[in-house]
Amino acid sequence: MADRIADIWGTRTPHAKDTPWPVRVDLHLDAGLAESDVDRWVQSACVLCSNGCGCDIAVKNGRMVGVRGRAGDVVNHGRLGPKGLYGSWQWAGRDRLTRPLVREGGRLVETDWDTAMDRVVRRSRELLAETGPLSHGFYTSGQLFLEEYYTLGVIGKAGLGTPHMDGNTRLCTATAAAAMKESFGSDGQPGSYTDIDSCDALFLFGHNMAETQTVLWARVLDRLAGPDRPVVVAVDPRRTKVAEAASESGGVHLAPLPGTNQALMNGLVREVIANGWVDRDYVEAHTLGFDELAATVEPYTPEHVAGVCRVDPADLRRAARIFGTGERVLSTVLQGFYQSHQATAAACQVNNLHLLRGLIGRRGCGILQMNGQPTAQNTRECGADGDLPGFRNWDNPEHVRELARLWNVDPLTIPHWAPPTHAMQIWRYAEQGSIRFLWISATNPAVSLPQLPRVREILAKKDLFVVVQDGFRTETAEYADVVLPAALWGEKQGTFTNVNRTVHLSDKAVEPPGEARADLDIFLDYTRRMDFRDRDGAPLIKWSDPEGAFEAWRECSRGRLCDYTGLSYAKLRAGSGIPWPCNEEHPDGCDRLYTDGVFPTHPEVCEDYGHDLLTGGTTSAEQYKARRPDGRAFLKTAHYAPPPEQPDDEYPLLCTTGRTVYHFHTRTKTGRSRQLRRAAPEPWVELSAADAAALGVAEGDLVRVESPRGRVEAPARVGRGRDGVVFLPFHYGYWDTEGDQHARAANELTPTEWDPVSKQPLFKISAVRVTRLAGATGPAPAPTTAASAPQDSVGVVPTRGDDDVREDVAPTDPPAPPPVPDRTPNVLPHAAPKG
Amino acid sequence: MHLATYLGLLHTSLTTLADAFREVGRGHGEEPDVRHTCQVLADLADQQAEALAPVVRRYGEHREDEPERLHAAGLESTRGGPVGLLRDLQDLYTLASLTDITWTVVGQAAQGLRDRELLDVVNSREQDTARQLTWLRTRIKQAAPQALIAAG
Ligand code: SF4
Repeated sequence: MADRIADIWGTRTPHAKDTPWPVRVDLHLDAGLAESDVDRWVQSACVLCSNGCGCDIAVKNGRMVGVRGRAGDVVNHGRLGPKGLYGSWQWAGRDRLTRPLVREGGRLVETDWDTAMDRVVRRSRELLAETGPLSHGFYTSGQLFLEEYYTLGVIGKAGLGTPHMDGNTRLCTATAAAAMKESFGSDGQPGSYTDIDSCDALFLFGHNMAETQTVLWARVLDRLAGPDRPVVVAVDPRRTKVAEAASESGGVHLAPLPGTNQALMNGLVREVIANGWVDRDYVEAHTLGFDELAATVEPYTPEHVAGVCRVDPADLRRAARIFGTGERVLSTVLQGFYQSHQATAAACQVNNLHLLRGLIGRRGCGILQMNGQPTAQNTRECGADGDLPGFRNWDNPEHVRELARLWNVDPLTIPHWAPPTHAMQIWRYAEQGSIRFLWISATNPAVSLPQLPRVREILAKKDLFVVVQDGFRTETAEYADVVLPAALWGEKQGTFTNVNRTVHLSDKAVEPPGEARADLDIFLDYTRRMDFRDRDGAPLIKWSDPEGAFEAWRECSRGRLCDYTGLSYAKLRAGSGIPWPCNEEHPDGCDRLYTDGVFPTHPEVCEDYGHDLLTGGTTSAEQYKARRPDGRAFLKTAHYAPPPEQPDDEYPLLCTTGRTVYHFHTRTKTGRSRQLRRAAPEPWVELSAADAAALGVAEGDLVRVESPRGRVEAPARVGRGRDGVVFLPFHYGYWDTEGDQHARAANELTPTEWDPVSKQPLFKISAVRVTRLAGATGPAPAPTTAASAPQDSVGVVPTRGDDDVREDVAPTDPPAPPPVPDRTPNVLPHAAPKG
Repeated sequence: MHLATYLGLLHTSLTTLADAFREVGRGHGEEPDVRHTCQVLADLADQQAEALAPVVRRYGEHREDEPERLHAAGLESTRGGPVGLLRDLQDLYTLASLTDITWTVVGQAAQGLRDRELLDVVNSREQDTARQLTWLRTRIKQAAPQALIAAG
């Protein structure tokens, strides 16, 4: 048995380059139960991060009692991480919402579904009559199922006709989508996890993979423990496990000052160009914009960049050499870039590095623009983030007509007069009072949005009707006019898609508690009550269950890059995860995209005509067509511009926020798991050793962190980050605290600012000051197992759990990787040679 | 030579536009994207004016009397609320459009004179005005429906 709190990544199964990653099946059952006690195993995949590890849920006496990795799943080859093992089902039956609630005399009281839905529908109708659909906003999630997003998308776009729909995916993954649209013409992950098994160098840009996707990191560790291991390069201001691996593997750890990523990236690209590491033939045949890119990055010499980012110019040169001379390079990008200043521009520079060297679409050469949440990919595909479903282009009249035909509605109903309203703007409209109906599903903005004092004020506004649909009574639910109790994972059926496009079916294992209902059923109920009709007077939404919704979505995806037409519930159930595009021609899906260097940039297929990366101004259809991209990728960049908020005398430090390995989102599930809660029970404030010394702060001292917007109070961890930078975990809110003090959530401090292209908020850059409030009563409650490890471990008890996980190494052969198509499906080839 | 006069017009319209962007950024500080982007675009306009300055000086000696009503007025103050934002962005759009077409006028003259220095400035800086217009058009399109239909 293994203690997977202490040993986060589990037993090593080393393997050599180009050999398959061995299987290791991880199993955790409720105390006292053996595998033979389990009544049924129900197929699913984990929803506690974007990795999407295939798993089976153990059911006994109608209860979820355990979880086991699926050996034959291409994503995880049987493994699960601490959150999957300890947080996937342990919340079941605890503190759940079991009946609808409505506000009566200022208090939330229990009621029945009819009463609750009646209030929702009444307010909805009133506002539609009074103002029209622009009064309605929807703020959804990265944690529902595909079927639910698609249904919600159709309600918003063809039923109501409001452009105000977005997900909290805006906070976690918007930049991944934006960067792929700018570079390749469409969302759609170019690379695959299998590239880890074959790469020579691995670059992680602002991606603490060791904590955010632990099973993916285990895959990297198994390469690092084997022969011919890859060199790792980490870009992160903290000394993460990834940064340690970079040093140990002979790579580089670059720790730029928060807010300077774009300068760093311009410097890396410049080095690659200046040293002649560019694949001229590839660039000539498959890209546009080289001269402009080269001219823009020219001033970013290593010395200049070193001054801006405060890194060693020799390190920058070394990192560039590793990229420039590596035969197979894989890059991953996450929140360190996405939630930072100039997010899209910096993420595009990662794409550019690969395009310049032609390191894309080949074995071991890939890009993984990561996601944060488990089903974020589906929010993006299905139109629940405001984009049109199936990666269709809101500015392309033919794409709008396609949807109108599919849904049998007037094309004018479908909002396409401007880009969809992004989350931060939705909240602004609610603040200004022009959105007066806000439906929040499966997310907790009262903890997860930036600048919480402002968010609470908006939620509390009298003229804003707030519907909250969730499994728990969250901090956000407390502000609702109507609360709808939702079924959670294991209590409903649906599919979802992970970072590398792998689609999983998650079957229903148990009944939801009380009167809780599947989110899909709630949306369908609203549709019926609102009586949305198509052009012929038939019900707009023609499905009534998850499989019906999936089939409708399949039709919507036909002919698009995210082609699901080759998938069905039966097929997913017969095997395990399958990556899209999957159609008649490619029935087993596609592992990697863009093998032939042809990208979905043709004006007829592209998802977006692109933006100016500096301002977010949109390129018009005419401008786009005039460039004749026709399958070539764009090399786009922007000059570095200083971030909107910079340290000064009053607020001299920079604060970044992030995850810890044991929790997910706002801890609604992981905080209710005994093992995970014990491993990271309370928030902390991480300071560098030098900053702590300058402030007179010792390990465990109570400190206050203040920004111009709010404050947080927590014990200090004297950690190993770079000087001048404070780190706060973002998971902690107020549902498990006493009193009404708001000094625990990291987002009390963060600013209302966003990237001009992806509109992703800048969680990683707030100027703050730190003051010592009181002496320590013990060490800070921060885990010692990963990036928040103390600088000096004396007196700090190591984080550990119990020996309660069974790991079965190599019980079967690894699953075969999905096939790689010669040409990417549904992408038009280059029209004519350039020139 | 009237080119000198027109170079003066271009130069003042750039500085007027920079000030106007700053004014709108300040006046609509509650809209973070407007505040930040207006600042970035004001800096761009400053840089354009700076790049043009040597040529303006060179031609300055040959300046004729200015025709009437040559210069456009800047923005003295901003308006409030969603419709006010829309209107202020439209004012910026008008100023930026004047600058844009003035670049074209000056560029034509530079061609006629085969003035390489001026042509270089026009070719390298003109597109920054296009960039300002692009952003303004994008933001105006976004703001218009909500401001005109749903805002109270
Ligand atoms: S890596 Fe992510 S998907 Fe896999 S078990 Fe852990 S939390 Fe779940």
